[in-house]
Amino acid sequence: MSVKGRVHSVETFGTLDGPGIRYVIFLQGCPLKCKYCHNRDTWSVCGGTEMSTDELIVDIEKYENFFASSGGGVTISGGEPFLQPEFLKDLLRKLKNAGIHTCIDTSGYVNMSTIEDIIDYVDLFLLDIKHIDNDKHIELTGVSNLKTLEFAKYLSARNIPVWIRHVVVPTITDSKIDIINLAEFIITLKNVERVDILPYHSTGKVKWEQLGFEYPFNHIRDAEKNDVLNVKRIMSETGVKINT
Amino acid sequence: MQNTTKFKQGKWNDEINVRNFIQLNYLPYLGDSSFLEKETKSTKKIWEEVRNLTKEEAKNNGTLDIDTKTISTIISHKPGYIDKGSEKIVGLQTDAPLKRAVMPYGGIKVVEKACDAYGYELDEQIRTIFNNYRKTHNDGVFDAYTPDMIAARKAGIITGLPDAYGRGRIIGDYRRVPLFGVDRLIEDKIQQKLSLVIDDIRDETIQLKEEIAEQIKSLKELKEMAKSYGYDVSKPATNAFEAIQWLYFAYLAAIKEQNGAAMSLGRVSTFLDIYIERDIKEGLITEQEAQELVDHFVIKLRMVRFLRTPEYNELFSGDPTWITECIGGMGLDGRPLVTKTSYRVLNTLYNLGAAPEPNLTIMWSERLPKNFKDFSAKVSIDTSSIQYENDDLMREHWGDDYGIACCVSAMKLGKQMQFFGARCNLGKALLYAINGGRDEITGMQVGPKFESITSEYLDYDEVMAKFSSFSNWLAKLYVNTLNVIHYMHDKYAYESLQMALHDRDVKRTMACGIAGLSVCADSLSAIKHAKVKVIRNEQGLAVDFEIEGDYPMYGNNDDAVDKIAIQIVKDFMAALNKNSTYRKSILTQSILTITSNVVYGKKTGSTPDGRKKGEPFAPGANPMHGRDKKGALASLSSVAKLPYNHSLDGISYTFSITPSALGKTADERVNILTSLLDGYFASEGHHININVFEKETLLDAMDHPEKYPQLTVRVSGYAVNFVKLTREQQIDVVNRTFHSAV
Repeated sequence: MSVKGRVHSVETFGTLDGPGIRYVIFLQGCPLKCKYCHNRDTWSVCGGTEMSTDELIVDIEKYENFFASSGGGVTISGGEPFLQPEFLKDLLRKLKNAGIHTCIDTSGYVNMSTIEDIIDYVDLFLLDIKHIDNDKHIELTGVSNLKTLEFAKYLSARNIPVWIRHVVVPTITDSKIDIINLAEFIITLKNVERVDILPYHSTGKVKWEQLGFEYPFNHIRDAEKNDVLNVKRIMSETGVKINT
Repeated sequence: MQNTTKFKQGKWNDEINVRNFIQLNYLPYLGDSSFLEKETKSTKKIWEEVRNLTKEEAKNNGTLDIDTKTISTIISHKPGYIDKGSEKIVGLQTDAPLKRAVMPYGGIKVVEKACDAYGYELDEQIRTIFNNYRKTHNDGVFDAYTPDMIAARKAGIITGLPDAYGRGRIIGDYRRVPLFGVDRLIEDKIQQKLSLVIDDIRDETIQLKEEIAEQIKSLKELKEMAKSYGYDVSKPATNAFEAIQWLYFAYLAAIKEQNGAAMSLGRVSTFLDIYIERDIKEGLITEQEAQELVDHFVIKLRMVRFLRTPEYNELFSGDPTWITECIGGMGLDGRPLVTKTSYRVLNTLYNLGAAPEPNLTIMWSERLPKNFKDFSAKVSIDTSSIQYENDDLMREHWGDDYGIACCVSAMKLGKQMQFFGARCNLGKALLYAINGGRDEITGMQVGPKFESITSEYLDYDEVMAKFSSFSNWLAKLYVNTLNVIHYMHDKYAYESLQMALHDRDVKRTMACGIAGLSVCADSLSAIKHAKVKVIRNEQGLAVDFEIEGDYPMYGNNDDAVDKIAIQIVKDFMAALNKNSTYRKSILTQSILTITSNVVYGKKTGSTPDGRKKGEPFAPGANPMHGRDKKGALASLSSVAKLPYNHSLDGISYTFSITPSALGKTADERVNILTSLLDGYFASEGHHININVFEKETLLDAMDHPEKYPQLTVRVSGYAVNFVKLTREQQIDVVNRTFHSAV
């Protein structure tokens, strides 16, 4: 059986979303409405190209040489991958059968009931915590962060490896108290292999405008090296080891 | 021979056999780069002087000075120096640094034109001699060209032909001079000449006998030139310094005799390492002194200059000389050919900064030591100055002592040469097939007259049938044109010094080439998978195309189009193979455009893939700019499918990526790049240029060239100084697909 899903695009040479060289699948559809989203065109659950898991597996297997040489594999990103749970599960199961390392890049905005039997096929999660403060999270993304934090704790309890990511948006996500709170939350997790602090860039703006939307962060400047260093410093001082 | 007794003896003591000497005496190095030394004060000083001279050269329209009065030969000029006393390795092409010499044997008109373009006048006496008394290669070729050949050349369907300039692509085995000394080589050549018996007299025997006589003369001149610098190269080199100096003299003699398109060096690092390591072991030199010798040698290679016309530079931009040096690879016995001097040569890119020449080429094998892979990748990321070729693929064909001429052309050193054939424009050929042999721009009947396609929409089978029969006509004309060119080149501009450093009976290939592969593949894919409507002018010529619907594009690892590309390569090779060749040379082809993809595009009308008239082709075997939408691996994989067995003169691919797209940390970037290379070559990719930089850097360099005198960019099998490119070529490089972080 091959389940069909909606795929926004694939990138055969991903190097930032998990270890080694990654085949990255961007799935269509996202429940969050992040104001700095750099893939605005992934939001709609109707867009994208319909593809079957078998089609994807055939294409992915062409790159096994590269996964082997780099210790890479497949990363499923989005959009939000968990919006298509049947498709996701079928794809992951087939990848694991083929012996390919799997990784999911998620906002953690998921229902526990839908994920339990998917998780067994996942080697690594990339969990993007957009904001530690719930009100500000709602303001930034349109949804609460409670599910995200609960998801993080759940993965910790089951000891499934996680890379935490946090985007530094000047004046939005980088106040000292928020960073300390975020760091203290991360410390409570037992499964964090890596923490990536990423600078915000306005590169997504073009896509918003192409779709006829006004970019909500026109007034926000790009994060600079110092903004990132500052966040990293606060995190380190709070006791979190920062990788990049 | 007292020096040679310190080396392990073997076959090389009884015959001219460099490989045997290397195999018996070299020491593979598996360690890392931590032993490397920085440049010495003296190196810094000399390099600074050279940099100042190159600045002067740039100010003076790219040519510092021309000696218009002397015909360049091995012994034509008095010794020249950058800074006599400080430079460890000596020898210049003329009596002053960066001063260019005139070499009229290829063609007098080109020399006159080049002098003229830079505001010089060629000496009256030289003009008189070559216009009235001494015929040139160029004269000979045009005496024998047929009207068909001239028409095809003029239309640019066969293009870049070496009929007015030196063909190059011959690698003298320069290592023979330090290893054996010139006297021993002359003795060997005398024996070779005697071995040619003329009782059943045939022209090939007479030709070879005459050539060997010329070779002996050149070897004698090589001794004389070295003597003028105070060295006696008649005997073998006795230490590391002499080995490098003797080898450089041999190379210098070649570039004083020939202004060849590509004057490659071969594979010298590991050979020289034997001398260097022995001297270090015996305490004769330190690591710092060893690096200094290598740095000074490389400075000399960076100073090689030929007098060329602006048109030539438009085609092969940035004053390239293709001093290709092969580094690494694996021996047939499974030992890596990586030595400390492999590292020392790469280290010149740090000590002297990035540079296009020498054209450093890593012979990649999955089994190379990890340390060496990592160091090469680091150098690539830091300098964008090196290229990689698949040793695992080539070793099967050429053994473990081959070199690369120009960009991607493999040949056994001292045993093989090629007749360089430039390339034909397949994009244009496809249009001729549609237009019944008429040129889409001029309307001239260049090809044989047959029925044009008249339907409103193109039919795949009809186009393929016409393309195939037209390819046969083109291949025949092309090979015969090359036969004329190389007959005349041997006759009027023979490379006697380079051929003196070869065996008596060399294997010759005739290296044809194709440009516009991706344009052709995409055009045929569009015709097959979408609907292509023809727009004709009042003469009935197809001048534009409208595509209805999507079609699979080459560069996305999609067999629906990649198989078309493979078929084009195989079919054209088969068409070439139907023809007979001068000196029974073996036909090969390359998929390589150098930077001339811009010029070829300029001369080609709109194509059925949606490319508009005059727009550049993609370089080499690259997918068209921006059409590879699934990321780098998909792009690489499409290229890796092209069959090397049907394109033995090489398949060039140029890859540009931003540093951040290779990973977040320096270590991650090295790991990703080595993995990328391992994966690409395991998929049987043949060649790859790696560029690692931000597009913004290039844009800034276009506006502020003075800030980037050494910015080096790999283009198509070689590298250029970005600021030396024409504006058009710069824009082309900027527009190429950059793989960036998603």
